[in-house]
Amino acid sequence: MAEPGTPGTSGDRGTPPRDVVATVLGFARTLRAAGVPASPDRVEAMLQAIGALDVLDATAVYWAGRLTLCSGPDDLDRYDAAFAAYFAGEAPRMRSAPADQKQVMALSAPLETGTGEGEDDASPDVAGQASADEVLRHRDVAELTLTEREELRRLFALLRPAAPMRASRRRRPSAHGSVHAARTVRRALRDGGEITRLMHRRARPRPRRVVLLIDVSGSMSPYADALLRFAHVAVRARPAVTEVFTIGTRLTRVTRELRLRDPDKALAASGSAIPDWSGGTRLGEVLKAFLDRWGQRGTARGAVVVVCSDGWERGGTELLAEQMARLSRLAHAVVWVNPHKGRAGYEPLTGGMQAALPSLDAFVAGHSLAAFEELTGVIARC
Amino acid sequence: MSQPTLPADPDALAEALRATGYLPDEGLATAAYLALVMRRPLFLEGEAGVGKTALARALAEVTGRPIYRLQCYEGLEASQALYDWDFGRQLLHLRAAEAAHATGDTQALEASLYDRRFLLARPLLQALEDSPSVLLVDEVDRADDEFEAFLLEVLSDFTISIPELGTIRADVPPLVVLTSNRTREVHDALKRRCLYHWLEHPDFDREVAILRTRLPEVTERLARQVAGATLKLRGLDLLKPPGVAEAMDWASALHALGARELDPDLAARTLGAVLKYREDTDRVQSLAAGALFGG
Repeated sequence: MAEPGTPGTSGDRGTPPRDVVATVLGFARTLRAAGVPASPDRVEAMLQAIGALDVLDATAVYWAGRLTLCSGPDDLDRYDAAFAAYFAGEAPRMRSAPADQKQVMALSAPLETGTGEGEDDASPDVAGQASADEVLRHRDVAELTLTEREELRRLFALLRPAAPMRASRRRRPSAHGSVHAARTVRRALRDGGEITRLMHRRARPRPRRVVLLIDVSGSMSPYADALLRFAHVAVRARPAVTEVFTIGTRLTRVTRELRLRDPDKALAASGSAIPDWSGGTRLGEVLKAFLDRWGQRGTARGAVVVVCSDGWERGGTELLAEQMARLSRLAHAVVWVNPHKGRAGYEPLTGGMQAALPSLDAFVAGHSLAAFEELTGVIARC
Repeated sequence: MSQPTLPADPDALAEALRATGYLPDEGLATAAYLALVMRRPLFLEGEAGVGKTALARALAEVTGRPIYRLQCYEGLEASQALYDWDFGRQLLHLRAAEAAHATGDTQALEASLYDRRFLLARPLLQALEDSPSVLLVDEVDRADDEFEAFLLEVLSDFTISIPELGTIRADVPPLVVLTSNRTREVHDALKRRCLYHWLEHPDFDREVAILRTRLPEVTERLARQVAGATLKLRGLDLLKPPGVAEAMDWASALHALGARELDPDLAARTLGAVLKYREDTDRVQSLAAGALFGG
């Protein structure tokens, strides 16, 4: 455990409450900048906790804040860093410079130089628009011009991802199904103690969890933007049962960021959370990290897990094969989305794909909007 | 009921917990102390077997309060968590009244049907009625959103309103301990009302101390060896790293076999007490046993 620094700003003698409040508010700001959402009611709880402990004791202040402001293990490292920085008088460390965010957004620009600028300023003809949309739906997103990409973003809003369903343990009243003894008797009481009708109940279907693992390594960069937009639509449709992680050289959970309503803001937020954009790929290791930290605990259990990657694995593929097998034992279904599968004559020859194939329930393309529509169907039918 | 006075500070609480055989670290003692004085629920997360549930029991012992435990599962309903009417007995009551021709005053009869004696109190209601108490909501991550919603309602003002009977309020809010193994993210609204603490595996010295306190029959040497080997196992990147609970199981398994110290042969035979996956067992057995369990 990190040894907390000594408080330098709070007064050494007497400590008027106003001073403490100002210090705590300043600390909360630092913490928010570090990415821990320290909401006002939590800050109030921290002040209350400090009141119950010793204000002058750095360790007490450290625990008072950690217990009230953090809400998950991911927050703890950030809290420790912010605490050390703030109470040691260092400048608050931001997670990433704003310049990086700009760069991230630039990723959605074409990587190959666009040519078709002539058709971009076509007249707004409705019928023509409809057929253009139709053409756009089937185009490979890697080959679009800047304006076509803008158009496609609009079409993403039209995706309607349906959730796969499962039976739950929670029951609901129903005309059929097993007899609900309590309700039957309750009804009998109303009828003067005479059982006149049997009441029934049956399992209520619930949406199954969907987990998206999106490869953001260099070889996938033409598709990363589209895949994240697809993920955004999926998260917005079912926020409670959809989880999104990006994989590359590291594992990053971007579910929280993608819950923002505006797709561009959501993408910018998740972009700044992802430290390994366009880096290399270590699929096996990152998949293992996912299964160790999230999957086995419950995130992957009984879920539909969708891996979006081209299967380029730098190292050996044994680890990947092993982890894919582990994933398929935990998950309800494993779907692999490979953008290259949409190309004519594609064969899954890369080592990573070969290693993953035996553990897959479905292997689909993910290069165009039409392919994404098909993917939503595959997920819903799992 | 005579109430022991609340500990004056976290150190005093840690001391009291130690006396019951639970060895907290500084953070956990502070968390439990704040939960007591701030009357805020304590939300404990951490690996399975680090002592989340045990803390609630130890706190009940320290404060001399009764403990009520609610095990969560998917589909947990209000009738299992809050209260339920004993319909069978209500029916009997009605029939008995009929047989005695005492059905004249229908209003009185109706009122008598919803008497407190026909109410079955479930853990949440029990904890409020038997105040002050300790309420352990175990593995809250296993419950679903519907349950979280009404748990939130109870935890925000510690009252339960029963339409037929009225509102039941706790004189002193119970000390609530929620545990989660983090199989899913619990809703923020619930966490916001709680103190949050992440429990780590104990370090070597504390693990030895825990083994010695909980299993006094195990020799000091064996306890140190088991704690050391468990620590090494945790560093192996296993599917399920052993917790304190597994270390205790292991030590008592070894003790049951009459071991006074750990040797590779005994370790291999009792590995099932610490490792719960075939892949883990295979890996550990393929490693040089001497390196792990020697000296």
